Amino acid sequence: MKNPEEIFELLKNEFKDIILGLEKETPTEPIVAIDPMQINKVGLFLRDNDILKFDSLMVLSGVDDANGTKVKDDDGAEMISGGTLSVYYHLHSTNLKHKITLKTSTPRENPQVESVYNIWRTSDWHEREAYDMFGIIFVNHPDLRRILMPYDWEAGYPLRKDYKNPEFYKGMKVPY
Amino acid sequence: MYQFLYDLIGNEILAGLLVAVVPLTIILVFALFGIWLERKVSAHMQDRLGPMRTGWHGWLQTVADLMKMLQKEDIIATDADKTLYNIAPVLVFTGSFAAYAVIPFSSKLLGSEVEIGLFYVIAISSLVVAGILMAGWSANNKYSLLGAMRAAAQIISYEIPTALIVLSMVMFTGTLSLDKISQMQTSSFWNWNIFGGAIFGLSKFLLIPFMIVGALIIFTSTLAEVNRVPFDIPEAESELVAGYFTEYCGMKWGMFMLAEYGNMFAVSAIISILFLGGYQSPIGYLGNSIGTQWLVPFEQGFWFIAKGLALVFVQMWLRWTLPRLRVDQLMTVCWKYLIPFAFINLIIIGIISLI
Amino acid sequence: MALKTETMVLNMGPQHPSTHGVLRLELEIEGELILSVKPHIGYLHRCFEKHAEAMTYPQVIPYTDRLDYLAAMGNNFGYVVAVEKLLGIQIPERVEYIRIIMAELQRIASHLVAIATNGADIGALTPFLYLFRDREYILSLFEMTCGARMLYNYMWIGGVSHDIHPDFVRKTKEFIIHFRPTIVELNNLLTFNKIFIERTANIGVLPVDTAINFGASGPVLRGSGLQFDVRKEDPYSIYNRFDFEIPTGKGLVGTVGDCWDRYYVRVLEMEQSLRIIEQAIDKIPDGDVHSAIPKRIKPPKGTVYSRVENPRGELGYFIISDGNLNPFRVKVRAPSFVNLELMGELCKGHLVADVIAILGSLDIVLGEIDR
Repeated sequence: MKNPEEIFELLKNEFKDIILGLEKETPTEPIVAIDPMQINKVGLFLRDNDILKFDSLMVLSGVDDANGTKVKDDDGAEMISGGTLSVYYHLHSTNLKHKITLKTSTPRENPQVESVYNIWRTSDWHEREAYDMFGIIFVNHPDLRRILMPYDWEAGYPLRKDYKNPEFYKGMKVPY
Repeated sequence: MYQFLYDLIGNEILAGLLVAVVPLTIILVFALFGIWLERKVSAHMQDRLGPMRTGWHGWLQTVADLMKMLQKEDIIATDADKTLYNIAPVLVFTGSFAAYAVIPFSSKLLGSEVEIGLFYVIAISSLVVAGILMAGWSANNKYSLLGAMRAAAQIISYEIPTALIVLSMVMFTGTLSLDKISQMQTSSFWNWNIFGGAIFGLSKFLLIPFMIVGALIIFTSTLAEVNRVPFDIPEAESELVAGYFTEYCGMKWGMFMLAEYGNMFAVSAIISILFLGGYQSPIGYLGNSIGTQWLVPFEQGFWFIAKGLALVFVQMWLRWTLPRLRVDQLMTVCWKYLIPFAFINLIIIGIISLI
Repeated sequence: MALKTETMVLNMGPQHPSTHGVLRLELEIEGELILSVKPHIGYLHRCFEKHAEAMTYPQVIPYTDRLDYLAAMGNNFGYVVAVEKLLGIQIPERVEYIRIIMAELQRIASHLVAIATNGADIGALTPFLYLFRDREYILSLFEMTCGARMLYNYMWIGGVSHDIHPDFVRKTKEFIIHFRPTIVELNNLLTFNKIFIERTANIGVLPVDTAINFGASGPVLRGSGLQFDVRKEDPYSIYNRFDFEIPTGKGLVGTVGDCWDRYYVRVLEMEQSLRIIEQAIDKIPDGDVHSAIPKRIKPPKGTVYSRVENPRGELGYFIISDGNLNPFRVKVRAPSFVNLELMGELCKGHLVADVIAILGSLDIVLGEIDR
């Protein structure tokens, strides 16, 4: 049983620069921020280390931080440019009963995060969902397709804060 | 029956047609009644009431359903093989209807007095398999195809234990005629084949356990031949939607339904003829005791239908109690259990009959 | 000359009697043998997460009802627990007791549906109706309490919408007395039926490490033999006050982690839920169920991930608040969504009929998978 600060220290010693920091959060426990393209290495360490044993990924959630600048596009709608999209990993150890939250942020224009498919198989569909909803590309994911939206949805990624519903989908009127 | 009508009318074709009308009426009325019975039996087993609005306890429900089916549009899928698709329900229905030709409902009501009735029944009921395969293939639907393949495998496999038991009964009675087998088991239920037949002696008592085993085997395997739970995998609705008749609608679908219920009664009739005395009364006839001989055939008809319905009721009872077997388990039951037991039974009955 | 053969692709669903909703399974089959199973979801996508971002915190609750529509109480419960954690408010004792009784009744109701449909998929239609009959008792209890039978919107942030009916305690006790023999009847009729065992034992065996790796939870994980229940592991509300056991799969009739184990865990869990209700029903303290409901719900900036044990497994809500009246992001960790991922893994090498048995034993609700 380790608290997040201890886990952070452990990770910091092991990975140095890859671990970006510990973000204090209310009301829950602090979150460890990690470099998006190195998450796989950290995940593998978290799962296989004998004093951590994070064998279970409870949830992987994409988030649109909406922290860029708001600009108007051609037809007057608000768009967000710059800023980041984030992915949160909530880990849990069924054996040692401790929890940790990881976070990784990736630029909105070219969102790429390393997949953790090979570490926790459950991330398969979670990553597909994050891709579907936010357009985050999970590098090395074997089957990155849309999951909840139609496979041929072309109007963008619906959970982004600046998403606009299209007028038509395959000739069918969308807003009703 | 045919002879009687021929004497009455004097025209072969007309007499033949009239004879055919009797089983047709029975099969249609039975299907109507059987579907209603099935719904009521299942409802009461499940703490429900079932159909209640159309007529007394909903007895007109199937009539209403039939009316609906007749009015339905006949839809044929574009990619279906239309010829086969149209022939299939007819063939399936013919298979089950034709079996009635030799079934003696009473000593007087008998379509055709052929000497090889049992052989004929086994042969003609195989027509159903061809119909089912045609239905499954021609509909060009994957569920139908899977269902038809399952049905073919199942029905053909289960014909073996059925035939083995029938064979043992043929050995025991020495005849293939259903009417003669019925006549042998006369006067009281103690003379039924399930109780070792009419000849009193040591062999009768030796036979009783093997006859009961035989009756159970043939009941189980006929259950599979008519695709009833727990052997209803060809039409397993939770797996294959409706199996081989997934694509059918309206009256063509109704033909499959009619055939299914027709088959249910036909196999029950065969079992009751082989083991339960056919049309013979278990307790003697009222007509004989009060001296009105014309009453006897009617009583016989009553007993025959009562026995058939009792077996049909058991089939329904099983259907609403048991889950469904898987296709490989179904084959295991047939090839590993029923066939060896039926075969051993055949040998033992043969030996005892010789004593 | 060898025959040219090819495998057949069978699309099971989206309209199929036993896919429990609009799920499409793309089966690659060779004869009846399954080569691969690919689930396609999204037919029931109702944009819950997008909706939640446009609603105020209390307005989200009715939407949570519609996630796992067979366990709406549990969904409400999970959401309000998460928001209460975010707000940091204390809940009156009476409300806690009422919530737990409701959640456990809902667990029984949901397991009844799960068991019933699992049986019906295998062909046992009579137990299906027996169990739905008993579910009616629970639904009437809910109806008595809040007027709705399926989608309750009952648990509010800081309280519950209605106090319990004066007859509620008596009727619940009656239900418990009525229901215990039903479990015995169910075991006689279905659980230990030879054919049912043949169909489910040794089918879809899920080893415990695979289950953890795939993130399985609830009866699916417990069926594999791991004693893991959020109610004990990470106690929320007042679950730590009650005495109950966590049933696990023991491989009674087959291998540990087969369909039958998952099924039987549910049967045993109903008994444990009855125990919890029995312990709670007499201790409901007096009080006002509305007293702790905040006038204006505006949580401070922050994130929370809170999980509860729903009938189908671990239901988690990940909520990010940016200090406004509506949540910045709500992500639902739906247990069925995660459990359904196992389909491809479990079905390999089985027959078409087993797909149905396995799907039934996973007990999915498409409402929460597609959200």
